[in-house]
Amino acid sequence: MNLLVCISKTPDTTSKIAFDASGKKLLEDGVQFILNPYDEWYALVRAIELKEQFGGQVDVIHVGEASSEMIIRKALAIGADAAYRVDMTPAGSWDTASQIAAFAKTRNYDLIFLGKETIDYNGSEVGSMLAGILDLPYIAYASKLTINGQIATLESEIEGGIAVSEVNLPMVLSCAKGMAEQRIPNMMGIMNAKKKPLEVVSPTDVHQHIRLERFELPPAKSSVTMIAPDDIDKLVDIFHSDLKII
Amino acid sequence: MILVLTEIFHQQIKRTSLESLTLAAQLAKATGSKVKALCIGDGTPSVDLGDYGADEVVVINDSALLENDQLCDLICRTATRDNASYVILSLNSTGKSTAGLVAAKLNKGLISGVTGMNTDSGNPLFKKNVFSGKASAWYSVDQHGAVVATLPNGISPVSGQGKQTSLSTSNSECVTSKIKRLERRLQAGKTPLAEASVVVSAGRGMKDPSNWGMIEELSDILGATTACSRPVADAGWRPHHEHVGQTGLAIRPNVYVAIGISGAIQHLAGVNNSRKIIVINKDPEAPFFKAADYGVCGDLFEIVPKLNEALKNFKSKS
Ligand SMILES: Cc1cc2nc3c(=O)[nH]c(=O)nc-3n(C[C@H](O)[C@H](O)[C@H](O)COP(=O)(O)OP(=O)(O)OC[C@H]3O[C@@H](n4cnc5c(N)ncnc54)[C@H](O)[C@@H]3O)c2cc1C
Ligand SMILES: Nc1ncnc2c1ncn2[C@@H]1O[C@H](COP(=O)(O)O)[C@@H](O)[C@H]1O
Repeated sequence: MNLLVCISKTPDTTSKIAFDASGKKLLEDGVQFILNPYDEWYALVRAIELKEQFGGQVDVIHVGEASSEMIIRKALAIGADAAYRVDMTPAGSWDTASQIAAFAKTRNYDLIFLGKETIDYNGSEVGSMLAGILDLPYIAYASKLTINGQIATLESEIEGGIAVSEVNLPMVLSCAKGMAEQRIPNMMGIMNAKKKPLEVVSPTDVHQHIRLERFELPPAKSSVTMIAPDDIDKLVDIFHSDLKII
Repeated sequence: MILVLTEIFHQQIKRTSLESLTLAAQLAKATGSKVKALCIGDGTPSVDLGDYGADEVVVINDSALLENDQLCDLICRTATRDNASYVILSLNSTGKSTAGLVAAKLNKGLISGVTGMNTDSGNPLFKKNVFSGKASAWYSVDQHGAVVATLPNGISPVSGQGKQTSLSTSNSECVTSKIKRLERRLQAGKTPLAEASVVVSAGRGMKDPSNWGMIEELSDILGATTACSRPVADAGWRPHHEHVGQTGLAIRPNVYVAIGISGAIQHLAGVNNSRKIIVINKDPEAPFFKAADYGVCGDLFEIVPKLNEALKNFKSKS
């Protein structure tokens, strides 16, 4: 099986977020970047499991600068076979999806895995764009995947519940909780990762449709109003007069 | 033309679709365009969509079970025929699986997770949530317009727009899907968590799953949906779909009541955009109090049952 996993880099949730004076750039001082958890825990691990079951190859692709190599090495340490980095700073999801599509077109992947979303932009954009550009079937927020010959059976989130679907390969899917169990890279994996191929790919030209104008921090939260635990009537009044839910 | 995907589920217009329509109405006013509501689902609109700003309503028959590729095809055909500059839909499960397909096919930009817009600079700018709700970003769009996916509960629906609407029906005339659906399991009952306006959530402070009766009771009294912290779902005390936070669902209800939850940053990442947060915790140092609007510091096993009684009393009197 020929498998591709799209991996992204994102600030750890505990990072403090601040922007430069132009309001257009994240200040990276003190921000800890990690491999996006959904890509790592669910997409990558499920791809590796399928390789272990059926044989084949797991490639990872990342669109980003050289400073991202640390997260790429982590993916290799967890068990990916080869990595590709498209050398550009994506201005948005369209860039990312277009670059991955251009790369994937030249190879025959049976499955292309993504995480359900990146925790920095919370967009869930790249997967469906990629499937759209490649004209491949797409399942979003998949929580189970089994393969039988050329047919994938998936469980995924739909409005109001869960769907079970069958799709002929090749396909694109985004992975959510339930897909796999996190794997911690061991010493062997980390050593081997240094020897695995990491190829830098030149980007193709892409037209940008949307433009980031500025970032904005939310207004500071006013401080909490404390209510004495024996003053339950006060709490009832808040539910009624302020929150208006009873 | 601005095209809005309007979903009807159990014969009711989804609140998330009214949110999308509200953004469309605002955009229509600013750009002098018309709004067309493309209705899919299992019925006809349960409210007057003109009241939410629609000029035209088209109900698509046989559209309750469309797969994302069929829905994409339907939206793109309609958008192309009407020369729509914008397609607006909700970033709910339907939107997450469809929005990018539509953007790729129409060759338009996509902005998802939108919570508002303005036209201060002349051109529309759209605001979306970024960095797990710790900041927002404003985006502009090129002259072709864009696909905009609104964040569930990110926009308050505004009625009273008083538009006269024309209503028509049409068949979906769909392409065959590449996806074969074997089964559909719907969660019965309450409003799905992502759309709930009031959420009552509890954590490890509950000590044992058998103590959840009081949480369910409070939730019933407030017409709320229940949620929980991650360790509680991991331990199997509560179903996984209730888990909110960085690794669970991100929600932004009007009111979030957190009981026996410490307020770790990974939990806050999923709930800190709630309009009002009420925290009940016995530890005065619990980090959640810093994110709260109202706090009660005390033992939940005393406070919650008393609160339930007091709320029931209040409701029976009013
Ligand atoms: C990568 C990563 C991702 C994570 N993702 C998530 C996520 O998505 N969602 C999430 O929730 N967590 C997540 N976590 C875990 C998170 O860090 C916390 O461990 C978790 O949220 C704590 O859950 P809790 O508040 O229920 O339990 P605890 O931290 O044990 O807190 C229990 C609280 O209950 C209070 N309490 C106890 N008894 C009573 C009583 N009788 N009356 C009143 N109050 C009482 C205590 O004072 C305490 O504040 C993640 C962690 C990591 C590392
Ligand atoms: N720069 C990137 N390089 C490779 N894959 C990415 C990149 N950004 C996002 N992805 C993939 O797209 C998924 C969804 O991202 P998003 O659309 O940003 O929420 C992520 O979980 C990754 O699998």
